Amino acid sequence: MTISPWVGRALLASALLVYPHLATDFWIVSVGAYAMVLGIIALSLTFLTAYGGMISMAQMATAGAAGYALAIFSAHSASAGMALLPWPWAVAAAIAVGTLTGILIGIVAVRSQGIYMLMSTLAIAMIMFYLAQQNTTILHGFDGFSGVAVPRVGGVSLREPLPFYFLCLTSAALLYALVIYLVRVPFGLVIQGIRDDPLRMASLGYRVWLHQVMAFAVAGFIAAVGGVLSLWYHGGISPGSIGITATVNVLIVAVIGGLGHPRGAFIGALVFVLLQNFAVDLVGSNRYNTLIGFVFLVIVMASPDGLTGLWRRLRGMRKGSLDGGVVTQKL
Amino acid sequence: MKLLLLASLNGITLAALYFIVASGFTLIFGMMRVVNLAHGSLYLIGAYLGHDVAALSGSFPLALAGGALGAALVGMAIHYFLLDRYQGDDLRQALVTIGLSIIAADLLLARYGGLSYQFELPEMFYGSMPMPIVGGYPIFRIVLIGLAIAVYLALWLLVQRTRFGIMIRAGVDDRHMLGAIGVNVPLISTLVFGLGAALVGFAGVVGSSALSIAPGEDARYLLSSLVVVIVGGMGSLPGAAIGALLIGLAEQIGLAYFPTYSIILSFVIMVAVLAWRPYGLLGRPA
Repeated sequence: MTISPWVGRALLASALLVYPHLATDFWIVSVGAYAMVLGIIALSLTFLTAYGGMISMAQMATAGAAGYALAIFSAHSASAGMALLPWPWAVAAAIAVGTLTGILIGIVAVRSQGIYMLMSTLAIAMIMFYLAQQNTTILHGFDGFSGVAVPRVGGVSLREPLPFYFLCLTSAALLYALVIYLVRVPFGLVIQGIRDDPLRMASLGYRVWLHQVMAFAVAGFIAAVGGVLSLWYHGGISPGSIGITATVNVLIVAVIGGLGHPRGAFIGALVFVLLQNFAVDLVGSNRYNTLIGFVFLVIVMASPDGLTGLWRRLRGMRKGSLDGGVVTQKL
Repeated sequence: MKLLLLASLNGITLAALYFIVASGFTLIFGMMRVVNLAHGSLYLIGAYLGHDVAALSGSFPLALAGGALGAALVGMAIHYFLLDRYQGDDLRQALVTIGLSIIAADLLLARYGGLSYQFELPEMFYGSMPMPIVGGYPIFRIVLIGLAIAVYLALWLLVQRTRFGIMIRAGVDDRHMLGAIGVNVPLISTLVFGLGAALVGFAGVVGSSALSIAPGEDARYLLSSLVVVIVGGMGSLPGAAIGALLIGLAEQIGLAYFPTYSIILSFVIMVAVLAWRPYGLLGRPA
């Protein structure tokens, strides 16, 4: 029996809409909303990898740049309740900063390919972390920003469980739709052409590096939205938010879900958040990172295209087709 | 003038340490195209094991040997059991080493806690050597520079003048042909991985004697290795030396003159090199 994909989508949408009315605040915010925030940041990586054939370790740093920008423009515990900009402007500025960061990182990163790009973007991400840590004048060094004010709309704080959940859900849905739309228009087709054969695209007259930098701009925009939501979720930002652990976590989320399709980012994020919250019951509160590292290792070794790939292959096996839908990433 | 000279001396000391760490990284990449993102973890493993050996035996040379040997064994096990099967799939190998680095960092934290450790050095290394202008400079740091030069020469001799080195160079150029003429390439690869890991384990003991060991140092030395080989060129030993010198000097001089932005100097060097020579100063396309 096969279900039409639209039935599945309608079911998923209604489940996501009904869920917060049935669940407790913990499940709405710490699981639901947080998984979507993390999923949005991972989506920016999955977009680059699935369609651009590029791997960027600097997506958390990009989100962090937007988060830091928003924190600077907003009222926080060290600003005596004063905000530099009204919140819509602050958010717009933060997203602009994040997108610009994505573009700048892209300009450097597209000088190298494949594993070299992973290395150079990882180096950039870690340099941004050390910069945030050592810069006391603007970025407040080790402490970062705390007590960042979350905007109120019509007297309701956006950080209340239900508004925050729906804010995250709307953002995630719109960004997901943006990715699906972009990969079908000429820009996205060019990006995928470059992924498959950069030389041929160049001889067809496309400027390869420009399109790759534009893909980084899109990824920067997506990550920036995630950075804004992440700042509101945590109520602050510090160098640890963009440290090596946070940087690698984005990769873990994307790889667990599967780098081959944008939906992998959200599936990975949900699994990751559930592990994070319930690892205490499995391995005690202290050895959480060992567990997550182990899960990651098993996924990488058993199913390089993550849970979505595993699902596709299982389904392929049941149908008895030989091409079990294994996505081989050309990186 | 005194500040500049002192910063330069510190920069060269740091470069010596960075070079020993990065030489292992670049050696492994040169032979197997493996980007070992658990390199920083091997540094920490070497440092902690060295500390344990020193605490048990009270001997610094034994600590050096213990750190290097321990890291080498761990490195060879990683290569043999986890990486060799994915030969040619460089992304998968990099992801496996990332997973390992997370687990290693967490287990080391469980075993050694979050405090920082320091070594008791032999008496002869304490004190400082008289020098013009700056007054004096710690002897151990000068020993460190000597060690880096010794490592460079030894690696150069090994790669250029021994049978093992000939096999390594042949493997870099064409590993299938090397296998076809009857050389056990997986064994050579595992040994090279062990050698690279031994170098970084050794650097861990030396580095934590000059500075200290604490969680988080793994990320720091991974970053330094990445930047050094991006600047110098992946797989090139002289490149690693030049890269280490540039980055070590940039870091210390930056720290002396503009402490809240010093890391940007390393970044600028990396970006400039990538813009001018995408494969690094002495690197060549894969």
